[in-house]
Amino acid sequence: MSANIVYAILVTSLATFLSRFLGALTSEGIKETSKLFKWFNCLAYATLAALIARTIIFPAGVLVDASYSSRFVVVLLSLVVFFISKKNFVYPTIFSAICMAILNNYI
Amino acid sequence: MINKNFFFKGYRSIFTHDSPAIALTCCFIAIGALFKNLGFNIQESIFSTVLTYALPGSLVMAESMLIGASLLNIFLAVWFVNARLYPMAVSLFPLMMHKSQPKWKYYFSCHFIAVSAWLIMKSNYKKIPKEHRIDYWIGIGSATVSVSVIGTFIGFSFSEYLNKDMMMGLAILNPVYFLCMMVGASKTIPVTLSVLLGTILGPIIYLFSPEWSILLAGVMGGTIAYLVGEHSVS
Repeated sequence: MSANIVYAILVTSLATFLSRFLGALTSEGIKETSKLFKWFNCLAYATLAALIARTIIFPAGVLVDASYSSRFVVVLLSLVVFFISKKNFVYPTIFSAICMAILNNYI
Repeated sequence: MINKNFFFKGYRSIFTHDSPAIALTCCFIAIGALFKNLGFNIQESIFSTVLTYALPGSLVMAESMLIGASLLNIFLAVWFVNARLYPMAVSLFPLMMHKSQPKWKYYFSCHFIAVSAWLIMKSNYKKIPKEHRIDYWIGIGSATVSVSVIGTFIGFSFSEYLNKDMMMGLAILNPVYFLCMMVGASKTIPVTLSVLLGTILGPIIYLFSPEWSILLAGVMGGTIAYLVGEHSVS
């Protein structure tokens, strides 16, 4: 293994584990019925929603080359599939991949 | 040690109808292909997936390496992006804490905190006795890590067959899956409002502060949603 790549992987995993470990450590004094827990629950959902929205609207990687409109259409149609399929998670997921590949190829 | 029944019950959650297995595999196929293009070998790719096990963090590492960033820069960039794991851990571990369980289980299994495993646990924890939730959680985490490793292996092995359109299809799949899971989880006022505000504030704040956008949107949106939730209860 190349030393640079291994160091980069170790640094990345350390930076990732730090937040997880601190979270587990501070959880010890928090009861699931407490206000602090409820607040953190809201923070977690809002943070995740922000991350997902950012991934779709300001993506990194290959999605940068897909137009805003194609990303918007794919997400919108996938949500329609999600509700039509009675909130099944698999159908809209597969649909989104196929839809994006087709839209990007033909539009 | 670990209760096998609950461990395998958690492990099997990956095979259910609402499983994240397909989304997770596809995302790590894309990551595996990306690692190969960056010059990683198969061992390094799998090593990275197992040790990091967080998609945004892996992407940031890959981008940072492309521009030749220092190790300190990589550390800070990944830490910023993955800081969301802290509130995720704090909003999950109190549900699993039990005095009969040794602490090492919690410290070890915090590595499994990631969106997919977190959302599975959040929607299923009430069905599991509190004493055994940690074993169930370790089962979920082991399953999602296994799937990620398989995805990385496939992506690395077949990267030359993946064209740009296919990579785009794989890249959109993960946010769509998580978005559906979040919409599905929005059953109470605070959670629904958190999801809505996070979705709106995240991209708006990104325009002013890309590095802090996720954290700020999370803190602002989550706090407003919490206060509204408390007010509606009282």
